[in-house]
Amino acid sequence: MIDERGLRHDGRRFDELRPIRMQVGVLANATGSALVEYGRTKVLAAVYGPREPFQKFMTLPDRAILRVRYHMAPFSTSERKSPTPSRREVELSKVIREALEDIVLSSEYPRTVIDVFVEVLQADGGTRVAGVTAASLALADAGVPMKGLVAGVAVGKVGGVLVLDVDEVEDSMGEADMPVAGAPDLGLVTLFQLNGVLTEEEVERGFSMAWGAIERIVSMEKEVLRRKFEAVGEEV
Amino acid sequence: MGRAVHGTIVVPGERLDSKVEGKHPYTLELGGARIATVVGLLSRRDDKHVFINIKGVYVPEVGHVVIGLVESIGATSWHVDINAPYEAILPAQDFLGRPFNPAVDDLARYLRPGDYIKARVTLFDKTRNPILSVQGEGLGRVVNGIVVDISPSKIARVIGKRRSMANMIEEKTGCTLFPTVNGRVHIECPSRELEVIAVMALKIVEAEAHTVGLTERIARFIEEERARRGV
Repeated sequence: MIDERGLRHDGRRFDELRPIRMQVGVLANATGSALVEYGRTKVLAAVYGPREPFQKFMTLPDRAILRVRYHMAPFSTSERKSPTPSRREVELSKVIREALEDIVLSSEYPRTVIDVFVEVLQADGGTRVAGVTAASLALADAGVPMKGLVAGVAVGKVGGVLVLDVDEVEDSMGEADMPVAGAPDLGLVTLFQLNGVLTEEEVERGFSMAWGAIERIVSMEKEVLRRKFEAVGEEV
Repeated sequence: MGRAVHGTIVVPGERLDSKVEGKHPYTLELGGARIATVVGLLSRRDDKHVFINIKGVYVPEVGHVVIGLVESIGATSWHVDINAPYEAILPAQDFLGRPFNPAVDDLARYLRPGDYIKARVTLFDKTRNPILSVQGEGLGRVVNGIVVDISPSKIARVIGKRRSMANMIEEKTGCTLFPTVNGRVHIECPSRELEVIAVMALKIVEAEAHTVGLTERIARFIEEERARRGV
């Protein structure tokens, strides 16, 4: 998986991100939306609300409920994926919600719900972390007050080497996968998972690689938001 | 093509100077620092630095005059969408201005779903839904004209300083504008063509709210559109 020059199967260095593209305001009917690409992974996020839920019993008296649905489109994988939410999708919905809950100022909108739909259009590894990044951008685009922007990236271990931003091939062939998300402006880690085995030293080194990348991704998010509102003439 | 922006664009999580004026919850004190919580514009106004949110949700306040869309009819009230996260309630006895008897009065005779009303928020504290009243001058059912939805955070720009933008659009189109804080503008025009031009002008104001020289651009746009359409 790592060649003699130390390059990965797609030619990246061990600490190199895939090309990242971001767009905000891609859906007219949503309050806020974003499309994020980590290489071949494409994730669309749409935010609706804060709004009154259809089922009023779901509300909380002191804050808004953040509802997140992570879903992989049937065409997102090489083999058709059943559109029924799988156990993994239910879990990732929870994980992404928890990665955002500490950031959103939900107490400003009691008795309401903020719906975040994370739809994976094309899966090539790192969909949950790309989903966190897309959801964060979509929330900012929706005007939902947030303490800061969140981004995510996964670090993996492939052929005994820690690598940044693992794709599908590295994820399936690698020894470990460690998705991390957080808000660098707050110094807050909001998602930290580990699948596989890493030593304590590897976790520390992997985390520091991930955090550096998260800082860069959040800078990109800021730039995309600024560009959108500076280039308003294009919308008319 | 982009346009020059009226200040600096600030994004959520960015630190602001402690002297910057901004509304809660769009700015927040966090860990001893002042931060922006939404995308906004940092600009200078009368020797002060102010933060104006570009994005944001309308939250009702007592005293606000709003334009509401009747959504459904209840037993003793109408349920009204006021473009907020909370559905408003217009009690029947307030609208009728007299005691109301559900056995005798049919609410659908007065307001039906799809009707617009101008109303004042009389009660609201986030623990219960806003209560509206149509008692007051200029309030009640919207009979003529159309209602345009724009982002609530852009309403201030539609009105302009000392109502400069609204006055200019009214003068150039011959329409009357009634903008409300919840992001709706009631427009009454002498003709359908002028109505279309006024709506287009409002949509440009919404999209370019934070750019420089907007009033002049809108004035020019209306003049050009009128000449092009021959009205």
